[in-house]
Amino acid sequence: MKKRVLFMIAVLVVVGTFWGAIDRIHPFGDVPVAPMDDYYIENAQQERSVNNIVTSIVFDYRGFDTLGEAAVLFTAVCSVLALFRKGRERQ
Amino acid sequence: MNPLSVVVRTICDVFAWFIGIFGIYIIIHGHLTPGGGFQGGAVVATMMAFLLVSYGGKKTLSFAKTGLLSAMETTGLLVFIGAGLLGITSTLFFNFLAGQGGIFGAAVPIGPNSGVLNSAGTISVMNMAVGLEVIGGLSLIILYMFKGIRLFDNASESGETGHDR
Repeated sequence: MKKRVLFMIAVLVVVGTFWGAIDRIHPFGDVPVAPMDDYYIENAQQERSVNNIVTSIVFDYRGFDTLGEAAVLFTAVCSVLALFRKGRERQ
Repeated sequence: MNPLSVVVRTICDVFAWFIGIFGIYIIIHGHLTPGGGFQGGAVVATMMAFLLVSYGGKKTLSFAKTGLLSAMETTGLLVFIGAGLLGITSTLFFNFLAGQGGIFGAAVPIGPNSGVLNSAGTISVMNMAVGLEVIGGLSLIILYMFKGIRLFDNASESGETGHDR
């Protein structure tokens, strides 16, 4: 009985907070002010001398993110190498 | 895995070159067109899977150099980190080559994409480094997974088998 009451309280708390979070989402299509986007669009070509702004963000402004992606690939190769290095069934 | 028939192998002889050239094109034009190092490297690594399917495991593993691919992977990652660290006097990943003249330093006209290949500074260098890394890494994954399943050990010794085997 006590367990069931605690469970109901937990469900109410979770549903309440979730409902509150959903209620406060800003409406779809109503973009808040984004000064970073405008900065990229206006200044990226001049600052980095590149016409492709997406590439300038991926490799320059957010280069650290791309470093993480490359490290993820390196780790994947290392793990595959450790898994498949030798066929175990033959030995 | 047995090699496929002579039809598939002839088609592979013709089209593997186009796959490789297209991938290298995507890597080199990474700062001009959509795509870049990751995408072009994945396209070139597709060529290794293509060779592996059409020519079978024994022949492909006899000429694929895993040491060279591993060296490409590590070199790409080291060049990428080094190009990021060379501009450390300003910030990490500062583009110190852009607009300075010299290699990859041409200034581009502001506005629509005019296709100046010699531009974008370290972005081009990083594209090529990441492309090198992805070529080596994905090819190594394909080759080592194929070695791991060891399907080619109990394959028949004859060179050409049926049409779809």
